Order: sequence, then structure tokens, then C-alpha cells
Amino acid sequence: MVKEKTRNTVLMQGNEAIARGTLDAGLDFFAGYPITPSTEIAELCSRELPKRGGKFIQMEDEIASISAIIGASLAGAKTMTATSGPGFSLMTEGIGFAKMTETPCVVVNVMRGGPSTGSPTKPSQADIMQSRWGNHGDAPAIVLYPNSVKESYELAIRAMNLAEKYRTCVVLLSDEVLGHMRETIELPDLSKIKILKRIQPSIPPEWYKHYPENPKYPMPMASFGEGYRYHVTGLAHDSNGFPTNLGSEVQSMSVRLQKKIVNNIDDIVQIESFQMDDAKIAIFAAGITSRAAKEAVVMARRKGVKVGMLRPLTIWPFPDRAVKKYLGDKKAVIVPELNEGQLSNELKRVMGGIWNYDIRKTKNIIEIQKFSGQLITPDEILATIKEVK
Amino acid sequence: MEKIPQKKIHQYLRHDKKFPHVWCAGCSNGIVLGSTIRAIAQLDYKKDDIAMVSGIGCSSRMPVYVDFNTLHSLHGRAIAYATGIKMYKPEMKVIVVTGDGDATAIGGNHFIHAARRNLDLTVILINNNIYGMTGGQFSPTTPIGARATTSMYGNIDPTFDICRLAKGSGATFVARTSAFHAQEAQNFIRAGLQHKGFSVIEIVSACPVIYGRLNRKGDASKMMLWMKENVIPVKAYEKLPDDKKEDKITRGILVQEERQEYTEAYENLMQSLKPEAGDK
Repeated sequence: MVKEKTRNTVLMQGNEAIARGTLDAGLDFFAGYPITPSTEIAELCSRELPKRGGKFIQMEDEIASISAIIGASLAGAKTMTATSGPGFSLMTEGIGFAKMTETPCVVVNVMRGGPSTGSPTKPSQADIMQSRWGNHGDAPAIVLYPNSVKESYELAIRAMNLAEKYRTCVVLLSDEVLGHMRETIELPDLSKIKILKRIQPSIPPEWYKHYPENPKYPMPMASFGEGYRYHVTGLAHDSNGFPTNLGSEVQSMSVRLQKKIVNNIDDIVQIESFQMDDAKIAIFAAGITSRAAKEAVVMARRKGVKVGMLRPLTIWPFPDRAVKKYLGDKKAVIVPELNEGQLSNELKRVMGGIWNYDIRKTKNIIEIQKFSGQLITPDEILATIKEVK
Repeated sequence: MEKIPQKKIHQYLRHDKKFPHVWCAGCSNGIVLGSTIRAIAQLDYKKDDIAMVSGIGCSSRMPVYVDFNTLHSLHGRAIAYATGIKMYKPEMKVIVVTGDGDATAIGGNHFIHAARRNLDLTVILINNNIYGMTGGQFSPTTPIGARATTSMYGNIDPTFDICRLAKGSGATFVARTSAFHAQEAQNFIRAGLQHKGFSVIEIVSACPVIYGRLNRKGDASKMMLWMKENVIPVKAYEKLPDDKKEDKITRGILVQEERQEYTEAYENLMQSLKPEAGDK
């Protein structure tokens, strides 16, 4: 680790940047189980947290890890765990519990090739749908996905803030290449980073409702042991947190989970648009693949082809509005991704009303998909751009 | 034994709409709730200082009735959730209420590892030998030959001895009694709460509605009498001839020893990393 004096410009790894980001955002508690290619995050937390008065625990498995961070979060801690594909699958029941009980926590998933044990040391982007739909039942998700070491640091902070603000489990995606790549980054002055502190309720305990009917975000949250005794359950619950079977209460609880995300989409969704103003062709890419896409845009522009790139930093909620605004009038949209069409399918869902269903697959949305563990290169994207007539 | 005033006990319960409870008539869970509350009342713990965590199952519905910081978590995961609370706030008293299926089947991994760490949790394990809430399937403690809805021809799965499992995993306080011996249960829970380290109190209990019915054990009172006669003190058990030992279950404090507690070990680690005065 670098000393504070020299912290401005440092060479670091994507995984390291995630750990640094969450630590700078006030991480108090990390519980995890080793899995490639996410392990450096746990390793760094194990070195740093005890020095700062934070808690690190290596649990017996991923299920235990997510459980422990939810427990610690209820006790007042800012918490995170980090894992990769198979571990994330194990955690999904707990992620559902965190969403259901509105307990803030951050889960990092450094994606690797799958399904199953797959290719542990190879990159993949195949958990985009798992990160959204992993939990059973209906519940929205907040999922962020950086494309550089610098952004890994920044989005790690943002993930912590969003988790606290909306009292939910936020997933931070990364991929094997991003996680292990080293880049020089400029670390911001700690005093200039916006860090959200958990808001404590200011009302008397007898007035406190853990699930108020009309919450404002950021929503206060009492911690265990601070005088506000409440009940937390994964069962459908009323505003006091007690189990209920009353249809109206069950329904309003579900609506509330949806609304807090849907009504705040503008605050949650972040996108990057690159050279899109006069572009005839667009590339829609996220994470590591977007770097090749950007390079392809630069290469194509040099040749006089008007191409741009749209990149979601927030994968979920899906940036529907931005997609329609930026991509609706393009001749073609190229979607390169390291899976079998998880992003492009979503794009088709959004664009369905604008584009002709029969031709969109062959003409308008051009998919470049690789699931061999290799990256998509700028040349491959450029070649596809050239094919657009 | 000092008498605890009703008023003192009632202050630990949630009054608004939380009673009557969900448990069947004749179930032992209410007795264990009573023993737990009386143990806490005797120790005069503050309600704010206690977190009660449970998993899923009949026993795990207990937290809703008590006025503590309460968490009804996922099936098998109570100890893992409790680990997070205890690690972050070691000053809190963290009680885990769990059942035989919850703690030793799906939650077996967390049970043995929390014991290995010697994390200061008090686990009250209500063992009714069956999955009650899902309707009577056999659990890791269902005796061989016993009938359950998934072993109607007689269970062939060998049985866990929970206390031996806890001991073997490194728990530093292990005790067993039965719901019939409610007073002893209260004493053991109290001793467990006062013990610094991982404590397990197994309470053999009766599920007359499912286990009892499927295995022709008679009504709740008959099952109580069975516990009275068959859950016997360790010393009495040792004196029995081998052929009489078979159906008997031992009760008493089976393990009580000192070993470094986990949050304490972590605190020491943190202290050792603090720069010493004069260091630059």
C-alpha cells in the first residue's frame, strides 16, 4: 500500500482499486471466501481492515459470507463481499434477503467464464443476467460495471453510497481482465470524495418504523444495539417488519421495493456517450469490451466512418431512456460482448417498439459474441463496422 | 431458586399483536422460550444489548415474540448472520435459536466453523428430531427406524449426536437437557450466556403433532414423560448396564473449557498492528 504522502498517482490493479475504493468509502466489514479471479480484493481487505479498526473475516463459504455481511450491516457496518461467478450463484439467496429486508451491502462479482467452474482465469461478461435475476422472486437490482482501474475505484465508492442511500444490495461487476490489469491512476483527495454516511433515525424509538410507508432517500436506518429494537425477516412483512400474509400488505411491500429503484432511475443510471453526436453507426458495449469498442471508434473515425459508442456504467436498471435517445436513429448498432447476447437481448427489448422486429436482428443490431475466454479486439469490431452497408 | 416476578419476564416480550404464537399445542418451543427469557431476566441483560437470530423452522419463529434486536434469517444461516453481528459489535449478546434440521443439515457448515472459531455466540438448539414446519420430513437427528413423511418405511440415515458434533468442532461450552427439565434448561442457557466462547445448549423437545403421531409416541404429556424417563443425567447413564443405555439420552454440561474467543483474538490482532508511541 502507498503512504498517504505519495497517494496521488499510483499503479494498481482493478481488484486492488475496488478494495481501495470501498475502504475509502468507509468499509467497516468484509466477509468473503476465496475464489479466482476476485481474491485480491479479500487479500487487500485482510491487510487493511484490522489496521483501521475494521473487521475482516474469511468465512467457510460464500453463503456464509453474504450472511455475515448482512448481519454486520444490521449492526451498523458498511459492508462488502467479493466473489466470482460460481460464488455469486451461491450468494443469490442472500442477495434476495438483503433486498427484501432493505439491508445495505455491496457484492463484487469479478466475472469469469462459465457456466459452472468454467474458465476461472479467463474473462467473461456472462453474469449480466445473473446479477439482475439471480434472486428468486421479483426485485429490482442496482448493478454497476466499470471499464478501467480508475473507474473500478470510483464505482466501488458509488456502489457503497448507493447501497446506503437506497438500503439495498448493490452489485459491482468486474471481469477477469479488468480485475488483474494494472493501470496508473490518480487517486482523488480523500476530503473531496463524496461519501454517504448512514443516516440514523432522529425520532424516539417507539415512533421508529424500519420500513416507513413513504420513505425519502437516503432513508434513515437504525442499527442493532442502539435503542431501536426492530424485527427483520425475509418473510413478507408489514411496515414494522413483522411477518404478514395480508394481501394488501404483501403487495405494497413489493411495490415499495420496485418503486425505490424505478422512481430514482435518473439518480442511479450513469452512461458514457463517446462521439455519438454525428454518428451513423453506434457501438453499445460495457466493461472491458467497451475499451476495444472505443479504440474501434477512433480507428474508424480516422478512416472517415462516423461511429460512436454508448456505454452503460449502470447495467441495471437498464438505461432504457438513454438507449432510445442515442440509438433510436442509428443505421446500425453493434453489440460486442463476452457472452451469448445478454446485453443485445436487452437492447432488443428496449428497441422493439422503435425498430422493425423482422429486420432488426439481421440489419440493425449486429452482435459480436465471444465466449472462448478471449477478448474481442478493436480490429474485429472495425471489421464489423466496415460490413455495415 | 429465586422467583422472578412476571412483570420482569413480560418486559422482554413483544405485546402488540404477537401472541398467540404460531406453535402447535403441546410443542416444546414455548417452554424453551420461557427458559430463555427467565435466564435473561436473571442475568438482568438490557434488551438493547441482545440480538436474537434464527434461521427457518418452527423454533426459528421465536424472535418475533421477544423484544430484542431480532433477525429471522435464511434456512441454515442463522449462525452466519450472527457471526456478522458479533464480529462488528462484540459487546452485544448474540443468541441463536435454531432447530436440528436448520443447524445440523443445511447449516452444518456454519455450525462447525463457528464452533471452531470459538466465536462468542449462544446457540439454543431445539431438537425435536424432525422438520416440523415443512410437515414432518426426517432430519439428521431422526433416530434410525423412526417414521417421518420422507421415511415412511423407517429412517435408514444414521443420526447426529449434536453435542458430540459441537465438541468435536471445538465448542467450548456444550450442554444438553430436555424441555421436560425446563429449570435445568434455564440454568444451562444462563451458563451458556455467561460463557465466553461458542456455547451450544441442545434441548431435546417434543413434536407431538407430527413426530409423536407418526411414531406412536402418544400425546404431548406422554412425550413429556418419555423425556423425564429417558433424558437422564450423565452420571446415571454411566452406571447403566450396556443393554439399557441404548434408548437413553444424556443430559448435563458436557463440555466447559476456556479457549481464546474469536472477537478477542481479532481485537488482539488489531492492537498488535497499532503503531507504537514514538514510531513514525
